[in-house]
Amino acid sequence: MNQRKLLSLYFLFALIASIILNTSCTSVKAYQKNKLNDAEMSLSSRKVEKTELNFQSYREGASGANGGKTGGGCGCN
Amino acid sequence: MQLNKSLMKKLTLAAIGMYLSILSAFSQNTSDSSYKPRKLKFEEANFVSSYYHQNGDHASVTGGIGSEKLTDLSTSIDLTISGYDKRYRKHSFIFDLGIDHYTSASSDMIDPKNISSASHADTRIYPSLNWTMENEKKGTTFGAGLSYSNEFDYQSRGVNINFAQKTKDKNGEFSAKLQAYLDQVSLIYPIELRPANSGGGGEGDENHYASTARNSFSADVAWSQIINQRLQVAVDGGVIYQKGYLGLPFHRVYFNDASVHVENLPSSRLKIPLGLRANYFLGDKFIIRTWYRNYHDDWGINSNAAQLETSIKINPFFSITPFYRYYQQSAAKYFAPYEEHTGTEFYTSNYDLSKFNSNFFGAGFRIAPPKGVFNNQHINALELRIGHYKRSDGLNSNIVSLSLKFK
Repeated sequence: MNQRKLLSLYFLFALIASIILNTSCTSVKAYQKNKLNDAEMSLSSRKVEKTELNFQSYREGASGANGGKTGGGCGCN
Repeated sequence: MQLNKSLMKKLTLAAIGMYLSILSAFSQNTSDSSYKPRKLKFEEANFVSSYYHQNGDHASVTGGIGSEKLTDLSTSIDLTISGYDKRYRKHSFIFDLGIDHYTSASSDMIDPKNISSASHADTRIYPSLNWTMENEKKGTTFGAGLSYSNEFDYQSRGVNINFAQKTKDKNGEFSAKLQAYLDQVSLIYPIELRPANSGGGGEGDENHYASTARNSFSADVAWSQIINQRLQVAVDGGVIYQKGYLGLPFHRVYFNDASVHVENLPSSRLKIPLGLRANYFLGDKFIIRTWYRNYHDDWGINSNAAQLETSIKINPFFSITPFYRYYQQSAAKYFAPYEEHTGTEFYTSNYDLSKFNSNFFGAGFRIAPPKGVFNNQHINALELRIGHYKRSDGLNSNIVSLSLKFK
């Protein structure tokens, strides 16, 4: 992927993020968060995914931005 | 090594500082007679165990050909205890201990005459301790942590600090994390490429292997935001910088003249991942979890990954979650297959750095009944997840994971 494509992708990404964050937010009170507080609505990866994230970081060239490891441990084999 | 000693000194001082600040936070102030010490209480514990099995025919140890058969059994337990100090800040301590045991067919090819070599099967132990201090009134959280990982040919020491600030309405949160891993790689070369005076080679003489440093530093910032009563999103960006010996000494590379060499990669690598997560509660029975990541590094790897999960709530306490993840990457500029390298400065035949795409799919279920799992009130939730991973270069794997949450 060349630099121009990469930059376009970043801009698209930033645009979508800013649209979501700036135009559609409504203030949600604590008592209105029953659905957001559901254990499966968590914005982090699940505990049960721990080993999946490890093997993906070893078997793929990319890592980071997913709550998985970004260093430490060999993954030698 | 000098840099490592200095960093280790700083790590030790940071650990002592962290311990003293915790002691002072929980110490009783005699001038404040209304203060009563609050004991640390057990909050939760998680047990996660996984069985992973992979197969393929592009082993790096044999220069991009040969069996990649590997099995790994991993188990980890984390324990969280927490309490409040005299300023009503919540202190949480998370202790995590993990153990992996793996067997690998390709590791035996480091020294084929010695197939009971120590690395054909190995155990990795990785404890960590993290502390967070949350001021619920101000919406701020500070934290710090230490980690360690040890296996036969690799040791890693890690330290991290983190900070988070919630918005006034508690619907948004900014967080930042700095991490450093100071690793040591033992220089175990393929048997035919070992220097005559390098020592190690047989079972029992592992003390003779020299080692070299690999350090990783990362800075990560994230913003999470509640959009409405059903939707929340998070943007996560980071920079990861690695320095030191970034290849592995037992990875062979065969040039097009059939000569064999040890993998040689640059001594630094800069990685830039950018991720987006969005979770949506659809109706009363479906939770749609999405994740996307764009990644770029200066070795020439560009990748995109996307994951979609849908949790179907059969009832409030039982849900089934099918999932699918797609991943694609371009090759590192130093990669070429078996006997295709022509003698450039850097070279590898590690297929993890080749061009490929992968599909990962499977399903899981979660039970969290009000009376506890198996009617045991201490077992709060049980999750089981099974996945199949298929890479376009022929590598495939299966994983099954079990998680138990105790409260």
